[in-house]
Amino acid sequence: MTFSAFELVKNALTGQAGWQPHWRKARPKPAYDVVIIGGGGHGLATAYYLAKNFSITNVAVIEKGWIGSGNAGRNTTIIRSNYMLPGNIPFYELGMKLWESMEQDLNFNTMVSQRGVLNLYHSDAQRDSFARRGNAMRIHGVDAELLEREAVRAMVPYLDFDNARFPIRGGLLQRRGGTARHDAVVWGYARAADRRGVDIIENCEVTGLRIEHGKILGVETTQGFVGAGKVGLSVAGSSSRVAAMAGMRLPIEAHVLQAFVSESLKPVIDCVVTFGAGHFYISQSDKGSLVFGGDLDPYPSYAQRGSLATFCDVMENAVAMLPMLSRLRILRNWGGLIDMSMDGSPIIDRTPTDGLFFNGGWCYGGFKATPAAGFCLAHFIASGDPHPAAASYRLDRFARGCVIDEKGAGPSPNLH
Amino acid sequence: MLINCPFCGLRDLGEFSVNGEAVARPVAHDDFDDADLRASFVDAVYFRDNPAGLHREYWFHAAGCQSWLLVERDTRTHDISKVELARSQEHDKEMTS
Amino acid sequence: MTGGFRLPESGLIDRSRRISFTFDGKPYRGYAGDTLASALLANGVRIFGRSFKYHRPRGVLGSGHEEPNALVELRVNARREPNIKATTVELYEGLEARSQNRWPSLGFDAMALNGLLKPIFAAGFYYKTFMWPAPFWEKVYEPMIRRAAGLGAAGVSEDPDSYERAHAHCDVLVIGGGPAGLTAALTVARSGAKVVLCDEDARLGGRLLHESQILDGKPARQWVDEVVGELAAMSNVQILTRTSVAAVFDGGVYAALEHVADHLVKPAPFMPRQRFWRIAARKAILASGAIERPLVFPGNDRPGIMLASAVRGYLYRFGVAVGRAIAIYTATDDGWTTARELIKAGIKPVAVIDRRTKAPDLFADVADAVPVVLGGRIIAAKGAKGVNSITVENASGRHEYAVDAVASSGGFNPSIQLASHFRGRPAWNDEIQSFVAGDSIGGLTTAGAATGIYALGDVLQSGSATALAALAALEHPAKAIALPIAEPEATGLTAAWWQPGNRDTGAKAFVDYQHDVTASDVVLAHREGYRSVEHLKRYTTLGMATDQGRTSNLDALAIMAQLTGRSISETGVTLSRPPVAPIAIGAVAGDHKREAFRPVRETPIHGYALERGAIFVDVGQWKRPQYYPFPDDADLLATANREVNQVRSQVGVTDVSTLGKIEVEGPDAAAFLDRVCAMRPSAIKIGRCGYLIMLREDGILLDDGMFARFAEDRYVAYVSTAHAASTYRHMQYCRQVLWPHFDVNLTAITDVWVQLAIAGPKSPAVLQALVDPPVEITRAAFPPMKAAEITVCNGVPARLCGLSFSGERSFELGVPAGYGKALIRRVMEVGAPYGIVTYGSEAMGVMRIEKGHPAGGEVNGQTTAYDLGMERATAKDKDHIGQILSRRPALIDPARPRLVGIKPLAPTDRIRGGAHIFPKSAIPSPETDLGWISSSCYSPTLSSWIGLALVSGGPDRIGEKVSVYDPLRNSEVAAEIVPSCFVDPKGERSRV
Repeated sequence: MTFSAFELVKNALTGQAGWQPHWRKARPKPAYDVVIIGGGGHGLATAYYLAKNFSITNVAVIEKGWIGSGNAGRNTTIIRSNYMLPGNIPFYELGMKLWESMEQDLNFNTMVSQRGVLNLYHSDAQRDSFARRGNAMRIHGVDAELLEREAVRAMVPYLDFDNARFPIRGGLLQRRGGTARHDAVVWGYARAADRRGVDIIENCEVTGLRIEHGKILGVETTQGFVGAGKVGLSVAGSSSRVAAMAGMRLPIEAHVLQAFVSESLKPVIDCVVTFGAGHFYISQSDKGSLVFGGDLDPYPSYAQRGSLATFCDVMENAVAMLPMLSRLRILRNWGGLIDMSMDGSPIIDRTPTDGLFFNGGWCYGGFKATPAAGFCLAHFIASGDPHPAAASYRLDRFARGCVIDEKGAGPSPNLH
Repeated sequence: MLINCPFCGLRDLGEFSVNGEAVARPVAHDDFDDADLRASFVDAVYFRDNPAGLHREYWFHAAGCQSWLLVERDTRTHDISKVELARSQEHDKEMTS
Repeated sequence: MTGGFRLPESGLIDRSRRISFTFDGKPYRGYAGDTLASALLANGVRIFGRSFKYHRPRGVLGSGHEEPNALVELRVNARREPNIKATTVELYEGLEARSQNRWPSLGFDAMALNGLLKPIFAAGFYYKTFMWPAPFWEKVYEPMIRRAAGLGAAGVSEDPDSYERAHAHCDVLVIGGGPAGLTAALTVARSGAKVVLCDEDARLGGRLLHESQILDGKPARQWVDEVVGELAAMSNVQILTRTSVAAVFDGGVYAALEHVADHLVKPAPFMPRQRFWRIAARKAILASGAIERPLVFPGNDRPGIMLASAVRGYLYRFGVAVGRAIAIYTATDDGWTTARELIKAGIKPVAVIDRRTKAPDLFADVADAVPVVLGGRIIAAKGAKGVNSITVENASGRHEYAVDAVASSGGFNPSIQLASHFRGRPAWNDEIQSFVAGDSIGGLTTAGAATGIYALGDVLQSGSATALAALAALEHPAKAIALPIAEPEATGLTAAWWQPGNRDTGAKAFVDYQHDVTASDVVLAHREGYRSVEHLKRYTTLGMATDQGRTSNLDALAIMAQLTGRSISETGVTLSRPPVAPIAIGAVAGDHKREAFRPVRETPIHGYALERGAIFVDVGQWKRPQYYPFPDDADLLATANREVNQVRSQVGVTDVSTLGKIEVEGPDAAAFLDRVCAMRPSAIKIGRCGYLIMLREDGILLDDGMFARFAEDRYVAYVSTAHAASTYRHMQYCRQVLWPHFDVNLTAITDVWVQLAIAGPKSPAVLQALVDPPVEITRAAFPPMKAAEITVCNGVPARLCGLSFSGERSFELGVPAGYGKALIRRVMEVGAPYGIVTYGSEAMGVMRIEKGHPAGGEVNGQTTAYDLGMERATAKDKDHIGQILSRRPALIDPARPRLVGIKPLAPTDRIRGGAHIFPKSAIPSPETDLGWISSSCYSPTLSSWIGLALVSGGPDRIGEKVSVYDPLRNSEVAAEIVPSCFVDPKGERSRV
């Protein structure tokens, strides 16, 4: 069923009885051309683009829980392509263009909202670094503006301009950045992939990879063996554990990133704002909740819970940047398991196992990468070659020395 | 999280900074351009076991005695099973063997 | 007459203290001890607010934190707070509250039209619409949705109140001061162990304050008073009332929020509004009680329809009857208890409607007194501004009752939110038809009603037993305490979930009141495949409101369980997230706000710079003098130019104390540093300085600086301000972890030495006037790069190095911090004849760019020694940190961005940091991009703008004409690539 105004009214008049499941509750077939492990946004997008761009429809997405149960449903919903390094910009800009056409493409309102992403700067050095980044964006055809203090004030009047420990000097703005409704992205890709014939298999945990003579043959699951010509791993948070099934070690550490929402409020913050004097970012959802986060917890963790130290640090940053937040209240806090890579940039590559492809290491930034990662992984799986926009995200970059380290933090994942 | 520093006792997480998995530095030999040597450094610097379970890692008691500690911690529960000085003799042997 | 009223007596309110307050501007009166909700109910107020989506009128459902409906905006102006639960607000004189989410008024809300569109606004409708035409989402639909969404409005002025953080440590933390919490705390207290007892209420007692139980033949409240009296007198007991435990963290660390002054108009002077507690507890007992769940029926959200336990609570705690014609709708024995209490208070219920076909034992008195409908269910509730009638159906047919309130009792859900913070999976308990906490995790154990035990005697016993177990685990000797005898209590119930039928009748049967999720929405979610509990929650927004689904989740799960043919246990449950109840962001931040957000570091001679009128700049946490303006200086540039000119022509002094200083001492100091550094510190002669280059193990530059070697076994490393802490940490890592066999010690001495740079052609003369004999500051006796430990100013120990960052003949002079201020005064005194000036970081930055010295813009974590032209200083033949990986192909590629100078063809053309560099006349594109300006300044020495840049193959392009392209600032400047050292490339000036 295609969503349309007609369907909406028809169902309103008939007690909503005509709607159907947005995706089938599929059982695994004995074999598929491609099996994608991980029913998050990335995995589902990969399946969708395999079907749409390459007409490969004999595809299964295997998810151990419910689709979107990982980071797709635990992020702060920010989309942007405001990167600095040549290895990153084309990829995220490809993603931004996919975000911009997503609703019509998927026939699902993912609430992509280009409200602007504003990075504040507080010193000359930071301004120069932002200018380097903003100019790199412009050179790549991406929108970017460097704002002075008063222009920032006009956009976000409630920032602490007057008594801040680190006064706000200006900001780098990407107007096309913004937010999207994270769960809807998952459901939209699931429904669109399903409509093209992809099987989405939930509550099916992969317990092993069947590899013979260096070639992938399929996956062992809690619902039995599923044969596959090719397999894509898209399991951020569990990347190392699944890759270990193929005998691989990865340049990745699992960390917890906390996120927070406030109670629902009438609109007060119109764009996404990031703090330059600490690690903090905030936006307001369409439902009215302020959604915000900060630094990750510094130690490797699979526990999905954050530390009090980071919790406090995020609130300090919040009040320092926006004093008006002081009396507002945190409603919920959660921790997501993220793949922190050793240079802060992702990996989309084939693996030493023939037919096995890997997508992970997304650090803080997996959500915004959802469409582009799916697009590029599908391209790699279908064509055997990396998509040009993701050509830098290869595993051998560490051995060769061409890391993509936006922050210059080095091989210390907790510093990225 | 509380860490039982051998010098300072049970102290809050906020006093420490963490360096991640305790990886031994490969022993270099004279040919610094040797491919195997380089591979061993690439492996030590960038690649991680990243286990969901017992994890040996280095912590620095920055706001305390400034000792580097070797901590054994379960990454699933954050339970700490062992804390010792990173420079302890036993550890030396282990890391150089 | 409909609605609530105050009973002539009873209740824990102080009838001698009347309190005036307003709601929506209208004055009301209540008593000390009231909550806002109880006082409004006593005044007959029924509508408290409007719902989120359909703007339906809503009253009060409960009497505590579970309240989903009665959210108000409290206080005014800068203290305004949205979304406050009226049930948790202690009444105070002058309280001002307003209803929310209504326009123009609470009684008539234009947005209630949404309710008419309800058939369209079903769960998930957003996802299916607003897509056509594409640009309309951001321009039309979304702004509309944003305006309509949100409940209260945030205040935008600064919070006038203060907050503080506090710490507590104990053996056992008891969370909840009800019957189980009290026996638990008493058991621990009498054992002598340290106990902290928290309760969110202003008074301890929990449900015993809300009910009429008898203990040892006396009112239970009397027992509470005795226990509280005993606890309060004990030195090993800390009682925190008005304190809700918000979250649990690893290692038995609990976060709790104490509402210190929320019951006052405003905090007294120096009183924080709230206090954020960090409580470290070896064991914790969760005695948080249980929350009643409402029964789901059509029209169940109408004002006047409440939880039966809340009806009873208002009666006993506050002396308020919530209505005159109250129907009891129950699936539990507890509902009958409420009926009995109402009868006792003289308010005979209209009817008791029990879902069960058999009346419970022990309630014959009630059955005799009021009409009873067995096997009954409410199929409709009517009343636009509050319930006025209900239609009940049972085997004998339909019955209509005129009512002004309904007390609804569907069973109790243990409050186990905290136990879920450690991802402890709740376990289903058939007997109570609810979830209880699973295994004890992280030292937290539940007790009392939180475990699903509801009879008072059992609850008291449970608290004590849990405490004994906790003490036993701590190996702390303890004895059981004598418990009071409770009367028998009936706790039977039946499962009475909403049953989805063939015909959907659930469109007005609300499951989640605050988010307007109905039984039909759950059915629709199921139909569309959103069947996992998390999908259900996310698709319908069930349980995501400020009450986190305390009263709604289970009812929705039960519907889904029926639709999928699974048990509720199989259907699963969503885990509660911290905090247990919403907490103010400012309370967690404490006093880390505004200027106090982060510490300020000042050098020991900060005060002198202030006296000189310095303008400071933030460098990390440091405040550094940026420039010292004269009154007639036009701007920063004018001052910086003047300072630079004075240094280059005469002499200047600047405070470089913020630079990191690390003393390295021991027999193996040289050998150790050879492993740590990329150059060869062992080759630095005693009494000399040398360059310092440290790499990360990945071959990237970590930091650069200088060494002074004062003895065979003693070096001081001078590293950058920004990297001081991380470099020290790194060196300690090398010493303790990598090479513990070296006999060497490291001491961070940044804060204990003041360091001045005295630079300029006249600097030797100034120094000569400072040093004690026989030290001579001549070209021969103290050449550049010499280092010596001497005394100055008649015996002040000092370290003097012939170091130059400016390119001039220059010295760095260090003295113990306490001498700093005296030293700089003396420097200015003896320098006066030579025209000495103080110069700031701006002038220093200009001079270092003129000299081509890399700083933060170049040593940025992405560059190598090779990139910055330092490779000649590095040793290729020894194993040091970074040696191996710095040799990777991509790191020695000549095409890497490498350091050069950039000079505009027209000296007045400004080039700015962050501009990119393209070959002259190339069209800017990613392919033609050569690099970027990493630092830039106006050079008064060259009378030109200049810059340092990282340019692909840079040193091989010297002399090439390029374009400096800065689209962000609409600038394009023709320039030339030049060597990175602009001034005195042969270094003659530093050797005068």
